[in-house]
Amino acid sequence: MNIQISRRQALLGSGALVVSFSLVRPLGDALAQSQAKPLALTEVDSFLAIDKAGKVTVYSGKVDLGTGVTTALRQIVAEELDVPMARIELIQGDTLLTPDQGNTWGSLTIQLGGMQLRQASAAARQALLAEAAKKLGTDQLTVADGVISGGGKKVSYAELIGGKSFSIKLDPKQPVKEKAPKDYKIVGKSQPRVDIPGKVTGSFVYMQDFKVPGMLHGRVVRPPAIGAKLESVDDAALKKIPGVKVVREGNFLAVVASSEWDAIRGANALKATWSKSETLPDQAKLWEHVRATKVAKEDVTGNTGNTAEAMAKDGAKTIKATYDFAIHMHGSIGPSCAIAEFKDGMLTSWSASQATHNLRKQLAQMFSLPPEKVRCIYFEGAGCYGRNGHEDAAADAALLAKAVGKPVRVQWSRADEHGWEPKGPPTLMDMRASMDAQGNVTAWEGDFFMPQQTPAGFLVPLVAASLAGMPYADHIAPGNVFQNSAIQYKFPNIKTVCKRLETTPFRPSWIRTPGRMQNTYANECFVDELAAAANMDPIEFRRKYLDDKRGLELLDRLAALAKWEKRPSPQKAASGNVVKGRGVSYVKYELVRTYVGVVAEVEVDRTTGVILVPKFYVAHDCGQIVNPDGLKNQIDGNVIQTVSRTLYEEVKFDRSRVTSLDWEGYPILKFPQAPDVVIDLIDRPNEKPWGAGEPAAAVIPSAISNAVFDATGVRLRSVPYTPAKVKAAMQST
Amino acid sequence: MAKKSLTVNGKRVSVSYDDPQMPLLYVLRDNLDLHGPRFGCGLGQCGACTVHIDGAAVRSCVTPLSAVSSKQKVVTLEGLGTAQKPHPVQKAFIDEQAVQCGYCINGMIMQSAAFLAKNKKPSEAEIKAALANNLCRCGTHARIVRAVKRASAQA
Repeated sequence: MNIQISRRQALLGSGALVVSFSLVRPLGDALAQSQAKPLALTEVDSFLAIDKAGKVTVYSGKVDLGTGVTTALRQIVAEELDVPMARIELIQGDTLLTPDQGNTWGSLTIQLGGMQLRQASAAARQALLAEAAKKLGTDQLTVADGVISGGGKKVSYAELIGGKSFSIKLDPKQPVKEKAPKDYKIVGKSQPRVDIPGKVTGSFVYMQDFKVPGMLHGRVVRPPAIGAKLESVDDAALKKIPGVKVVREGNFLAVVASSEWDAIRGANALKATWSKSETLPDQAKLWEHVRATKVAKEDVTGNTGNTAEAMAKDGAKTIKATYDFAIHMHGSIGPSCAIAEFKDGMLTSWSASQATHNLRKQLAQMFSLPPEKVRCIYFEGAGCYGRNGHEDAAADAALLAKAVGKPVRVQWSRADEHGWEPKGPPTLMDMRASMDAQGNVTAWEGDFFMPQQTPAGFLVPLVAASLAGMPYADHIAPGNVFQNSAIQYKFPNIKTVCKRLETTPFRPSWIRTPGRMQNTYANECFVDELAAAANMDPIEFRRKYLDDKRGLELLDRLAALAKWEKRPSPQKAASGNVVKGRGVSYVKYELVRTYVGVVAEVEVDRTTGVILVPKFYVAHDCGQIVNPDGLKNQIDGNVIQTVSRTLYEEVKFDRSRVTSLDWEGYPILKFPQAPDVVIDLIDRPNEKPWGAGEPAAAVIPSAISNAVFDATGVRLRSVPYTPAKVKAAMQST
Repeated sequence: MAKKSLTVNGKRVSVSYDDPQMPLLYVLRDNLDLHGPRFGCGLGQCGACTVHIDGAAVRSCVTPLSAVSSKQKVVTLEGLGTAQKPHPVQKAFIDEQAVQCGYCINGMIMQSAAFLAKNKKPSEAEIKAALANNLCRCGTHARIVRAVKRASAQA
């Protein structure tokens, strides 16, 4: 039975809709129905199902990495469908059940994934209304809590569609009309996160808690040097531990045991001999190494006018500065963990991967299986902040599960995580500008040194596949690190170039705010240097070169929030050992979306070189806000995590391997150093919602450097700003 | 396999083990299927594994089973309270929404609960000092401090 809708179409102003009740099948048992479950982005059924009890199941390809998006996505669906949030169940990141909405990255979960869910929900609601209009004999309808009322009668969603499929197409070119933001009751209001009660009482099941019947525990034994070959293995000491098995495949070495502690004991007791390997540069000469690395290609990201001509002009004053940003790690608090099982020719992988659909491609390649024989299921782990070790743990577990013929859980150690998670690559930035005699900027140039990105895709090679000599694509995948190398200011002549390097010392991947954090660091520090050269207030200087209304409004709100005193930097009143300063930074993310401005307040101890950042002010405009409290939580996280990156973090290594293998070797911010974060959210309910998981991180390193300059007159151009670097910088000026 | 009794969350339990050096964390997680204490570093550096032993906050990842007697009271996050009946500190964390990924939160709550039992009205600086050896990577610090303050105000 197909029901053509014409009356409602005109009323709701949408494209053609067909509600089909012909494919009657229960959706209740998702697994049993999995072969038939649609996954295409063009089907409402890919995203939504309503069962006979009225429960709404949302299928989200985007996953919650600890950011609270599963609450926000529920809000979006609940709002658009007019159902209570509590009636929504959300299934995330399961290649058999959820559509491929892309990796959970790039601050796109609400902006892209949420809007796909909003469209699906709007289309579903429209069809339900149309069907109700027929049933109730009126088109004067209201909806509340999943019940449609009209003409004195009522019909529920469950009665209309319960257990049946919608069979409605979605066409991004012909979007369905959505609810007017003025009618919102759930979106735009702070909603408590659905996961928090379980997380604070121990009932929440993380990946690390999940168990599969009959599973064994694996522990990997990584080479002591990158590129080292496994020469011999002595497992004599393992005989004391019952049931421990050694798995060796090429240079991949691991033990499998019946308990996690036995696997750990076994891995510790195993004696392996490896060849010597020294593939890494001398860390003391890292930046010379980066500068000497072959440039694979140049990406020109900004090109206006003629910078060379402007810089050569008589009377032009040229200013140059070089910035560098150290190699960083994601540094998840919970080391990576995964379970895998081979059964009936099918590989099932449970992991905290932010990219289950891509992981499926990689595991299929590794084991020479067709992708449909691999199912990757997401379980929330500890926050990952980009592509960390989760996918690699998934590959380890799959290799071991295949080797022993039983499900295997692999839990990485802290040293595995610090040593073998992919790293945020070292980034070097050469900045040049010229000014005329009146202090106007006449030209701006930036050269950004960063690794290339394999054009074929964003697949970070799996450690287990490369160690075991199994098939994998040898990609270099640092992510879209070119972003925000171009600048947001209207200078008359601009040339910004990304020098995409052929290699980088460690297997790179994207770390939260990839490239945008490093590039914005250089851009926003250097613009501050120009403001100081022009003897202008740093906000005033930025305003002079901005013609973006939202950006200008944001800077006004920021100045008011921070009670900004208009004056050039550095401040003149510096006296005493501990000096205070304030610094501003501003970004329009990727030059097309979320606006963030921050003011950092710092204290610098001139004797010890220690920097404290007691306070950050943030003005944030990401368009329509879905969950204000959730957004504030994300902004706090961006600020505090990036203060940690800016002041403390740097991966240490020798010629063979990472030597920062624990939290003492790679210190991160502790409570006494955490800033207060004061936030002004600029809500624009009628605008599109943009991402917020990364943008605020982009402005933190520059704001701190600019504040230190304000306090001391000294520029910090090398992240992290360790006490040694601060002291050296103060002595050299 | 040897056997040992422990007192966990108010109940006498018996656990089997091969290695008396096995850290308490694995007993709690693997033998007793508790999820509160979490593996973070195995080095006592991050605090994710924190439990109470006789009321004191202890790093279970570096506490061998042999060091825990059956008379000592081991309490995990689950023993503190439940989602239906949360402990005041757990409730304060919910009220302040002081969680991002939440992996470290077990340690934050266990450390804070032990601290507040001894220091009922701490200053903000004292709270920060008490949590100085508990690491959070998501940057939830400001909210966690607010939650501990809230719990102390209600104590």
